[in-house]
Amino acid sequence: MPTNEAVQDIGLDDYKYHFITEDEPVFRSGRGLNEKVVREISAQKGEPQWMLDFRLKSLDIYNAKPMPTWGGDLSQLESVLSDIFFYVRPQERMERSWDDVPANIKETFDRLGIPEAEREILAGVGAQYESEMVYHSLKEEWEAQGVIFDSIEDGLRNHPELFREHFATVVPPGDNKFAAMNSAVWSGGSFVYIPPGVELETPLQAYFRVNQEQMGQFERTLIIADEGSRAHYIEGCTAPVYSTESFHSGVIEIVVKPGAHFRYTTIQNWSNNMYNLVTQRSLVHENATMEWLDGNLGSKLTMKYPSCFLVGERAHGSILSIAYAGNGQHQDTGGKVIHAAPRTSSSIVSKSISKGSGRASYRGLCKVYEGSTDAKSNVECDALLIDEAARTDTYPYIEIDENQSTVGHEARVSKVGEEQLFYLMSRGMPEEEAMALIVRGFIEPIARQLPLEYAVELNRLIELEMEGSVG
Amino acid sequence: MSDAPILKTAGLRARVTDEEIEILKGVDLEIRPGEIHAIMGPNGSGKSTLAKVLAGHPGYEVTGGSAFFDGQDLLELETDERARSGVFMAFQYPVAIPGVSIANFLRTALQARLEDGEELDLFDFQDILLERMELLEMSPSFAERAVNDGFSGGEKKRNEILQMAVLEPALAIMDETDSGLDIDALKVVARGVNTLQKERPEMAVLLITHYQRLLNYIQPDFVHVIVDGRIVRSGGPEVALSLEEGGYREYRQLQSTASAA
Repeated sequence: MPTNEAVQDIGLDDYKYHFITEDEPVFRSGRGLNEKVVREISAQKGEPQWMLDFRLKSLDIYNAKPMPTWGGDLSQLESVLSDIFFYVRPQERMERSWDDVPANIKETFDRLGIPEAEREILAGVGAQYESEMVYHSLKEEWEAQGVIFDSIEDGLRNHPELFREHFATVVPPGDNKFAAMNSAVWSGGSFVYIPPGVELETPLQAYFRVNQEQMGQFERTLIIADEGSRAHYIEGCTAPVYSTESFHSGVIEIVVKPGAHFRYTTIQNWSNNMYNLVTQRSLVHENATMEWLDGNLGSKLTMKYPSCFLVGERAHGSILSIAYAGNGQHQDTGGKVIHAAPRTSSSIVSKSISKGSGRASYRGLCKVYEGSTDAKSNVECDALLIDEAARTDTYPYIEIDENQSTVGHEARVSKVGEEQLFYLMSRGMPEEEAMALIVRGFIEPIARQLPLEYAVELNRLIELEMEGSVG
Repeated sequence: MSDAPILKTAGLRARVTDEEIEILKGVDLEIRPGEIHAIMGPNGSGKSTLAKVLAGHPGYEVTGGSAFFDGQDLLELETDERARSGVFMAFQYPVAIPGVSIANFLRTALQARLEDGEELDLFDFQDILLERMELLEMSPSFAERAVNDGFSGGEKKRNEILQMAVLEPALAIMDETDSGLDIDALKVVARGVNTLQKERPEMAVLLITHYQRLLNYIQPDFVHVIVDGRIVRSGGPEVALSLEEGGYREYRQLQSTASAA
């Protein structure tokens, strides 16, 4: 296990899931990003010409765009990027059953202490590793309804027209520097299609991990929820810790067609050296609803603002996010809602916890275009500071071009108070337990929205992070 | 009633942390199991400070004297250790803990009383909670609400009493310093204390109050009058009655004579 004294010296919290399993990659690109790497990726995947052209065009855009100067500190990023591998194919093919799941991955689940039943679901339904028993029975059920839940590569291969019609329509490569980067080197992720009127009770779950030292992860997910459909997609990650800087930049695109209802849940827990820069966006048509539920833990810097572009009448967007910034971490998160049609409505609820030298920033945009009459938006930010040193900031951007609309914004900062701690301790709870209970209560409005196993996992992760925070 | 006191303070002195002026200037108090003591005093006399010092509030520091609880040096124990050994303080204005249900709060408090590695059985806990709520004539749905979040004065008191019922302290300190203003809240406290003491006659109670009114509902065995950080008079219920008539005036005079001397 490599160590980094510099990191330890500044007292970063020990990353609790501290392990690396030995994978043997079949193919690995050279370090850094250039045209050769992009061509290699495309050739390795056997892609059609249009996709190679798209990647190359995206690379040009990436090179032309300057590094953002807002948000978090990206000054070290150039040197990180010149040193990482932009493409590693971890296994020859996707695993097909639990028995085929490599022993080192099973060991990973052991180390995480994930219960047997949960493990099979988490064993990468739709991602790298599949659990035959759980996944295949669900998959048969889904296929009978015409649902597509594939890897993004299989989506391109097996559903070329549907794929090409929607791909990069929600997040075009020119949107931002990291969307351009992802467009050039994307690899992995999911392709999901829910046919008109289909309602899925069981959430679609993807579980993936970054497990290659110095490997950048550039997953790309494209989801199409057709008219009147209803579904929930869940993604969670637990990344092993590395000694060098790491980088993750995903793009998630979701098209929510008229009358559809889609929820995307993600709980991300990156190792403390990770730059996590993600573009998540949805296009929401008339009478449709999009819900983002976004949990960000770990990483060195996360910049992530799930967005809803409300383009049809009465479209609704909701963003619920929770961020935890421990020592040395900066969570720059929030949400964007764009009202571009009459009677659209949106809500953003953002909760953050900062501890020690951690910093949590809320950055949000609410834009109401002229003609979006009777649009309604409400933003609530709630920050909890665990100790004196912790920091939080709020950057709400509100742009309203339509007088006949209602936009509300509310921000609160609270400190875990002496009186609260005394109250709990006077009931017999040790200080650490008392602190954890206060924090659990603070995130309860978010945890309540999660499926049980994720709520449990979120609580467990935050408790691990909180260890040693008092006394 | 046993002879060994459950709580014994001698010359207990205390001040607000980092401030010069002492608020408690030598409090002597002995409470035996099963006894109900009332401490009454004018505003600023130190009666609420006494409650907080006994419970271990970090905002106060003990500057002298001693306090023993059940034979242990109370002042050596942390707030949570005091609670686990049987001290309970019902807060006058308990704070809200948003997002934490009363049930969850109590489960955590009971779990904290178990040995390391021991796990509170959820079904057992549920049984205890429901049984306690029935005893206190509370609706089970009350335990699902977030602790004191948006509670009325009466609901806050109900919550304090429920906690006391579940945690079964050896000594219950009721800080009701100015709750005379809310008669409903007062009745909740009185009914709760009476019910619980009837059930567990060994429980000792220390009532901190400004007004005699609370004592119409809870019959104390002993009444102490505290003025300027010292107990200036102790006796039976009649002490409270004389206060009802004469107020604290004669004690204030006593106090000014004392400080003049």
